[in-house]
Amino acid sequence: MKLVLRFLKKYKLECIIAPLFKLLEACFDLMVPLVVRSIIDVGIANGDKTYIIQRCLILVALGIIGLVCAIIAQYFAAKAAVGMATGLRHSLFEHLGRFSYSNTDNMGTSSMITRMTSDVNQLQSGVNMTLRLFLRSPIIVFGAMIMAFFVDPDIAWIFVLVIPVLSVIVFGIILAGIPLYKKVQSKLDTVTSKTRETLSGVRVIRAFNKEQDEIRDFEDANVEHTRLQNFTGKITSLMNPLTYVIVNLGIIAIIYFSAPAVNSGEMSRGGVVAVYNYMTQILVELVKLANTIFLVTKALACARRVQSVFDTPVADESEKSFDIRGDENAPVVEFKNASLTYTSASAPSVSGVSFSAYKGMTVGIIGSTGSGKTTLVNMIPRFYDATEGEVRFKGLSVTEYDTEFLRSQIAIVPQKAVLFKGTVRSNLCWGKPDATDDELWDALRIAQAADFVADKDGGLDAKVEQKGRNFSGGQRQRLCIARAIVSKSPVLILDDSASALDFATEAKLRHAIRELDYNPCVFIISQRTSSIAHADLTLVLEDGEVVGIGKHSELLESCDVYREIYQSQFKGGDANV
Amino acid sequence: MSDTSKKQRVFSKVLRYMKGYRLLFGISLVFVAVTVAGMLYIPVLAGQAIDLAIGINNVDFKGIYKILIKIAVVTAVVALCQWLMNVCNNKITFGIVRKLRKDAFVKIQTLPLSYLDSKPIGDTVSRVITDVDQFGDGLLMGFSQFFTGILTIAVTIGFMISISIPITLVVVLITPLSLFVAAFIAKNTFSLFKKQSETRAEQTAFIDEMIGEHKTVVAFSQEDEALKKFDEINTRLQKTSLKALFYSSLTNPCTRFVNNLVYAAVAFVGAMICIKNGNAQGGLTVGGLFALLNYANQYTKPFNEISGVVTELQNSMACVSRLFELIDQPSQIPDAPDAHVLSENEVDGTVNIQDVSFSYTPDKELIRDFNLYIEKGQRVAIVGPTGCGKTTLINLLMRFYDVDSGSISVSGHNVKDLTRGSLRSSYGMVLQDTWLKCGTIRDNITMGKPDATDEEIIAAAKKTHAHSFIRRLPQGYDTVIGEDGGSLSQGQKQLLCITRVILSLPPMLILDEATSSIDTRTEIRIQNSFALMMQGRTSFIVAHRLSTIKEADIILVMDNGKIIEKGNHEQLLANGGFYCELWNSQFET
Repeated sequence: MKLVLRFLKKYKLECIIAPLFKLLEACFDLMVPLVVRSIIDVGIANGDKTYIIQRCLILVALGIIGLVCAIIAQYFAAKAAVGMATGLRHSLFEHLGRFSYSNTDNMGTSSMITRMTSDVNQLQSGVNMTLRLFLRSPIIVFGAMIMAFFVDPDIAWIFVLVIPVLSVIVFGIILAGIPLYKKVQSKLDTVTSKTRETLSGVRVIRAFNKEQDEIRDFEDANVEHTRLQNFTGKITSLMNPLTYVIVNLGIIAIIYFSAPAVNSGEMSRGGVVAVYNYMTQILVELVKLANTIFLVTKALACARRVQSVFDTPVADESEKSFDIRGDENAPVVEFKNASLTYTSASAPSVSGVSFSAYKGMTVGIIGSTGSGKTTLVNMIPRFYDATEGEVRFKGLSVTEYDTEFLRSQIAIVPQKAVLFKGTVRSNLCWGKPDATDDELWDALRIAQAADFVADKDGGLDAKVEQKGRNFSGGQRQRLCIARAIVSKSPVLILDDSASALDFATEAKLRHAIRELDYNPCVFIISQRTSSIAHADLTLVLEDGEVVGIGKHSELLESCDVYREIYQSQFKGGDANV
Repeated sequence: MSDTSKKQRVFSKVLRYMKGYRLLFGISLVFVAVTVAGMLYIPVLAGQAIDLAIGINNVDFKGIYKILIKIAVVTAVVALCQWLMNVCNNKITFGIVRKLRKDAFVKIQTLPLSYLDSKPIGDTVSRVITDVDQFGDGLLMGFSQFFTGILTIAVTIGFMISISIPITLVVVLITPLSLFVAAFIAKNTFSLFKKQSETRAEQTAFIDEMIGEHKTVVAFSQEDEALKKFDEINTRLQKTSLKALFYSSLTNPCTRFVNNLVYAAVAFVGAMICIKNGNAQGGLTVGGLFALLNYANQYTKPFNEISGVVTELQNSMACVSRLFELIDQPSQIPDAPDAHVLSENEVDGTVNIQDVSFSYTPDKELIRDFNLYIEKGQRVAIVGPTGCGKTTLINLLMRFYDVDSGSISVSGHNVKDLTRGSLRSSYGMVLQDTWLKCGTIRDNITMGKPDATDEEIIAAAKKTHAHSFIRRLPQGYDTVIGEDGGSLSQGQKQLLCITRVILSLPPMLILDEATSSIDTRTEIRIQNSFALMMQGRTSFIVAHRLSTIKEADIILVMDNGKIIEKGNHEQLLANGGFYCELWNSQFET
């Protein structure tokens, strides 16, 4: 709620004008039955044609004023709602942009995307409808009652009874409906996941001849879903008939009690007609109000979800000094007893790591899945911060640098090779916006990507589709490597980034990287001992701890885990080494 | 095919689904008629009551009470019919939806894999779920509003004529103005909405990319750049959204305005006629005018609803046609009625591949004139870089795909003459892409042998070393695992898949070796399990490990989907080809 108000602040005027004009429109709507009353009681009763013409023109005039009011209201409501959504999206995107890796892990990218798209859209229509209907409907409902009192206080008490009963029915059925709809939805989710499952497992299902079982399971869920739908339908379809009955009972009461009043002269026929009309107006507006409330509760749920994004604190960069550049003679990267425990994890993912890496060195990191390899390198560009100990870059703790500067010094090729919509050039220039063609081709050659880029239509300007879909996995990996090389950063991290390459290409790549002219400190994460056998220093990780450190030959001697990995991969090949 | 005839075909298919509900549909129509007639009759009754209360000492109490009882009865009948009508409509719609989903699901089971492989899973799921849902919504709205609308218009005109012909004319002549206005606005907002959804799609795609790959964006400090681009799209979206939202929201006030005009016109003409008639019998009375004004107030509503229903129905037809596309896909050629059922004792473990040619798409030939004879108990290793199409051979052996020419024979039978079921049960298959279904561990293990006893299951799990971790799960073998294995690790899932095969242990095996995603220790266990299974069985292994490759009787080297070399280790090394290069690159440092 507060969130929505924050972004509506800029549209204060719109937020006042829109409901105000809706309110005016409603007031004019409420005038109509009174005019009709006078036509019946005065015009027809006296046979006064001019009077009737006048009154009918008033009706037209009311219509025109109503139209103008409504148009003004709709415009400002739309303006406020769209403006709110636009501002909200901007702030959300900006805030999400500042998310750290652990923020992203906690929230999950798919829910981040939902927050930005469908949740904001829902909020927009929620605000729009609120501005338009939230005032109008209650005004009509209560206005109709007040007008009825104005016409004849002795009859109007019927409204006092009907309105609460109608409200109880409308809101009661809506409230009863919500959990039922939820149940239907969760059964539909089962149907959905059954469908997804049968598609993702099609080979296994057919291999085991389980098609009929699949159909039977699906049909169970499907039938149950239909049953729930029908049941829910039976309850929710009660709303219209029940409200109809109540309103008509009200009408019967109006006629019943006004008949003696007309007989005694306390009430006119026109008055009866007017009160009747007010009664019918109530029903329409109550249903609208109920729907609006439904929409608003949904929008509020969205608002809460969006709010939770803003509630996630992001790093404050304001107090960093921007001119720290570090000591060229210190180790480029140094870990000092560094540990990292993820939020909500019970045990550290990396613990007590110490080592130093100098300019031009190649550091290999090996270990099984989940042993903490990626976590370890992610601490260097501060994707995660050490929870104990310290990580240093050129002699200073990484936390002392301006994060943007620090990251510009560290080129990383992530495990998952991702490209972005644009061209090969626009992707490569992420590392260095003003890179020349020669620099780009150099990088591509080193990454063993020059051949296929040259073959593409447009070469460097070849189109890259979203997420690089038009390139194969291996090509994407090599382009990502090239992107990292373009920046010529002092640290280059390759996180298992040659997994989609065949042995021969990988060997060429390895060779080219060793020859890099700007002498970076290279980190290579791999599961293959062959990829890191040449490293100046290799860390062997097991459950987040360093169980071996040294060169290939030393590790073969001293480290059981390393030897085990090596043998599992080279057992068959020993004879040929 | 022209657009209209396509629409007609979709429509006639929908009608076929409705066939079973003819009776219910008829009943629903009766309820609709009663509801509409009753609802419209009430203003007439109220008008009559008003005519009986003329003024001081001129009120026919008895007559009024009679009418009030009538109103009460009509109200009760209308309310009941309205509810029953909704229940009927729900039953029809939800029934059709259920049948559509079932047909689609049954279809999926018989579709050739070439179709399924070519469609993203999300796409097919959205056809079966979202599209059908939208169709159902549209159909339900159609049932509840289309016929109601048409009947309301007809009955209203009938009642109006019975009260006053001139006023009926006034209403019928002015109302089209409202439709015209609504149509005008709809036409003009359509392009705005289209533009809005295009811009929205563009923004969503951008968000999807930037937020989805947020980690990479952060790694390269591209947040500010991204925000700049985002704001550019965002501003455009703001403009188009405002226009679309505003113009579309004009429909209601404008039609309401036309409605008010009709109302004023009816009031005017009616009042004039009342005066002219004086209190003459048979003419228009105040009560009659009252009823007409009531109608005038609601007369445009059904028109708007019908036009709304038409767009909704169009949309739902579009949705259901996407589902029909799936349902109408040709199924794989069914097993011949006289297809041979390969029994387990018949399987001798020989596989004979003769002159096989195969390609996924006609323009890219993959396998040509391929011959290979595999003896009982031989091991065939399939080797090559990632993504080289090693699964192609599995697809052909399991008959997930059929060969274009040539033949594959198992134990002397051409696979085309065997039932797919019996062919597939003679293979045990473990894919690297582990798949487990939602259900208990036990359900998953016993897929190939549903009647396995607990002892057999545990014995199999012990062989693969899966028993120890299964035992530690909260409910042991009865632990329910979620979609795609839920919280199990990749290695544990792999072990379960192997246990599944070990339990039924068919005479031939197809194994896809695990690569990087499994840790060394688990991998050794998996290797041991594989070795255990392969004893004496003909096996095909997509091999990544050098030891497996070296020990294989036959090595098939694949690249770019093609089989480029075949032979045993020594032969291939001697050839000095691709395999030799691949092998030697292992040892280069």
